[in-house]
Amino acid sequence: MSFLTSLFTADGFLGPFLRIASYVVLAPLVGGLLAGLDRKVTAWMQGRVGPPIIQPFYDVRKLLQKENIAVNRFQNFFVFLFLLFMVFTGSIFFLGAGFLVVVFSFTLACLFFVFGGFSVRSPYGHIGAERELIQMMAYDPMIILVAVGFYLAAGSFETRSIYQAGQNGILIAYLPGILAGYLYILTIKFRKSPFDLSMSHHAHQEIVKGLSTEFSGKALAAIEVAHWYENVLLLGIIYLFFSFHPLIGVAAALGAYFLEVFIDNSYARFKWGLTLQSTWIFTLMAGVSNLVILHYLLTRR
Amino acid sequence: MSIMKKSPWIVHYNASSCNGCDLELVATLTPMYDPERFGVINMGNPKHADLLLVTGSVNARNASVLEALFDQMPSPKAVVAIGICATSGCVFAEAYNVLGGVDKVLPVDVYVPGCAARPEAILDGILRALDVLERKRLELKRPPGPAAGEGKGTGIL
Repeated sequence: MSFLTSLFTADGFLGPFLRIASYVVLAPLVGGLLAGLDRKVTAWMQGRVGPPIIQPFYDVRKLLQKENIAVNRFQNFFVFLFLLFMVFTGSIFFLGAGFLVVVFSFTLACLFFVFGGFSVRSPYGHIGAERELIQMMAYDPMIILVAVGFYLAAGSFETRSIYQAGQNGILIAYLPGILAGYLYILTIKFRKSPFDLSMSHHAHQEIVKGLSTEFSGKALAAIEVAHWYENVLLLGIIYLFFSFHPLIGVAAALGAYFLEVFIDNSYARFKWGLTLQSTWIFTLMAGVSNLVILHYLLTRR
Repeated sequence: MSIMKKSPWIVHYNASSCNGCDLELVATLTPMYDPERFGVINMGNPKHADLLLVTGSVNARNASVLEALFDQMPSPKAVVAIGICATSGCVFAEAYNVLGGVDKVLPVDVYVPGCAARPEAILDGILRALDVLERKRLELKRPPGPAAGEGKGTGIL
């Protein structure tokens, strides 16, 4: 319990380097287990037994043994940068440093993945990369609104201060709309139906595998591990909203994750136009209106 | 260590099957048989796959496609011929355009007989191919013998 608390507070018993090290080591473990639970729960929802919970680790271990096939020398380098910047982003976040830096380096990491998709000559890779750009266009406004909302509620862009504000219950009281909008775009970020346009885990065609079509072996393993880091970071943001009690925070983060699994299994894939429209409309409805009302209330006070 | 045995990802190619074996393969992937218990996932992408499942006999037009698919798969990889047509060409073997079974083009590791092959048999074939995959991984890991190390020192350049 105090371990979770100390992840964010400046005066916790974990020093900054130890805090980064714990993220680098623990995040893939947690992310991999969550991915395994995801597959198990999905299997139960479909009336089957499903793979073991540690199946994602088996998959990555196998991918590391596969032959390296790259069509050019930049392809795997971009994936490495994607992984590196995702770890960097998560480290900054769990260090309690600036939330804006988290947002920007997060976008940078995702851009490197898009570059990887464009660096190959496969048309499937290109379509996947274009769809990923559309998805980024869809979710990025909401991520920025999350940062703005945190600033309005906590009076600072420092993740540490935002955490302090969360401990007083201010975040969830002031920003319910922001949380709802964030949950909406979380479906895109977790690559779940109906928004898994660019790269799906349930692919049976190359076009559905999209971005990752041309990646194999170690590069594919790196993509998967980067995705685990990403998921833990995104769930960490959910935890911020509920950080007044560690148990409630963890329960909320897990609840959000399994809500996405539920949505994944109950929706068919959307077209890109509907994805973009619905996301922006919901961002306006939930996120912007929340900020407008909050601004009005705060200036009246 | 059974690294390859834990997560076999498959890609399916219909050479010139009558769709009987294809439907049985699709049936194998349903919740009824749930191959994901063994980590089996249908990838639909040769670059992600470990096992190439082929149904139907090979003819002059699709032999090159089949070879291209196999070449795109990263090693270690294995081939499973599903159904009697993929195994030997069956009654089509004598046709003017048919080359025969899959083994006329690719090194087949497991033959699954049947017309059409039963889902149980297909699943058994996939799981038997895992031993082949693991053996091939160990062979790749083994330090090269004198014959394989002959080109040593010439560099890649």
